[in-house]
Amino acid sequence: MKVLVTGISGALARQVAVRLVDAGHTVLGIDRRPWPDAPAGITLFDTDVRKRPAEDVFRTHRPEAVVHMATVTHLTTRREERYRINLGGTRSVLDHCHDYGVEHVVFVGRHTIYGAASDAPLYRTEAEPPLAGTTFPDLADLVAADLYAGSALWRFPQLGTTVLRIVYTLGPSKRGTLAGFLRGPRVPRVLGFDPLFHFLHEHDAADAIVLALQHRLNGVFNVAGPQPVPLTTLIEATGRIDLPLPEFVLPRVLGRFGLPYLPRGSMAHLKYPVVIDGSSFRAATGFTPAFDEVQVMDGFRWT
Amino acid sequence: MWRRLIDDEVQDRLGRLDIPFNRYGQDPFGISREHLGLFYSALGVLYRRYFSVRTVGIENVPPSGRAMLIGNHSGGLPVDGGMVLASLFFDHEPPRHAHGMVEKFAQNLPFLSSWFSRLGQLTGVPEHAVRFLEDDRLLMVFPEGARGTGKLYRDRYQLVRFGTGFMRIALQTGTPIVPFAFVGGEEAIPTVYHAKSLARLLGTPYFPVTPYLLPVPRPFPCDLWYGEPLRFEGDGTESDDVIEAYVGEVRDVVADLIDRGRAARRARREAA
Repeated sequence: MKVLVTGISGALARQVAVRLVDAGHTVLGIDRRPWPDAPAGITLFDTDVRKRPAEDVFRTHRPEAVVHMATVTHLTTRREERYRINLGGTRSVLDHCHDYGVEHVVFVGRHTIYGAASDAPLYRTEAEPPLAGTTFPDLADLVAADLYAGSALWRFPQLGTTVLRIVYTLGPSKRGTLAGFLRGPRVPRVLGFDPLFHFLHEHDAADAIVLALQHRLNGVFNVAGPQPVPLTTLIEATGRIDLPLPEFVLPRVLGRFGLPYLPRGSMAHLKYPVVIDGSSFRAATGFTPAFDEVQVMDGFRWT
Repeated sequence: MWRRLIDDEVQDRLGRLDIPFNRYGQDPFGISREHLGLFYSALGVLYRRYFSVRTVGIENVPPSGRAMLIGNHSGGLPVDGGMVLASLFFDHEPPRHAHGMVEKFAQNLPFLSSWFSRLGQLTGVPEHAVRFLEDDRLLMVFPEGARGTGKLYRDRYQLVRFGTGFMRIALQTGTPIVPFAFVGGEEAIPTVYHAKSLARLLGTPYFPVTPYLLPVPRPFPCDLWYGEPLRFEGDGTESDDVIEAYVGEVRDVVADLIDRGRAARRARREAA
């Protein structure tokens, strides 16, 4: 099968691409960022998914499946650009999938779109409305992209569409939202709150994406990790120093004094959990994380 | 350091709880074995010495599997909830841990909210109730809600309206209902007045004022009576009339248990 991976130079996308090659698929990749040591069997295109050359990749190479991973977060990209990439890019990819006869597309999204709130259920199923637009305004573009990707299910019924909502990933690449939050020796949190954090080893996340493609799932699926752990346990088990700060102090010191940057609107996500129920995905694919929560944290210990 | 405060009996009973703790002593709901140890060590003192709770009929709570504990709420602060948890941990064989449904405002309070989470006492939303029951755990529900703990002393032991959500969930999940009555909570914290302005300031539904001003429970002996399990026919999709009739039956049983508990107290006092 010929598979196109957008955003292929990202840490997780690279692992997906390698798994697809190992499984005997032909892999094409689109990204503006380089991947200098890409393994043989992967053809890279240096372009933006919204630009004409990207459409030409669809037109010329006719991929049978697409894994769309070219989305960005507030940690790397400014708001206006985020909307252009996450919404404009997703629209372009879905339109090209429809126009050029792609059989299946997998949109790789994030579990944080459910949003953290004091009165939300602990385990969120796919039926839960995404609240992050209000609880964490800087995630609004990702909420919109997730819901927009899901609209392909009724707009393009001949195109198989999987929308994945994957928990945070941790692993050897040390990339990703949670890895960035844990990057320093001291990890800040809101004094008096200790929310559960839900994460997955990045190898398991890559396996889950490939499984979604293999099973040609149609629908929206949570990809959960092993059991979630309190933030203080995550900090302690990864060898970091816990830095509890009053809620009115925290926004003023984030991004300074060696602490990770988080927008002001992120406080709810440091006070309340975003934990998901992955039973639908497990039932549909048989997916079980190979790494438990203790192994994931041990592997991320501060060195 | 804190682990030293966990007494040996609590440590032993913690090891017999049917909770799947990981290597860090935590379960999938975020319950922490260490927090439970500290909590039950403190609660044991309150249960046995401070409130000298006499528990009757604890054998009505099944030794394993799902059950919903339904009882009266009273006393300004949820002392009754703590004592129900203590009775199941210290007097039930094998020890069991019950999950309460916490008022939403409590999850906004620093420290308290994280302690509730580590003890498996989650916000009172139907999703939590269903999930606990489907995991074959014990669920403790006070269908009077904050209306119950907000009762004034002059209204003691008068049951107020029962919510009906618990009955639909019990039917939907095929869960037996174990009724209970807690007697003594009203005397332990006799609420004579609600300080509404202070409650608004604190973001709580009410703020109880006692004759001695502070909402601190007195060392008043309490009684906890469990009744026989009740089972109802249905799948939770019944009309409101049917559900309300079922809830009325549970309410009557709880009221009867309260009367029996109060009568037994009177008899004890007269005998003394």
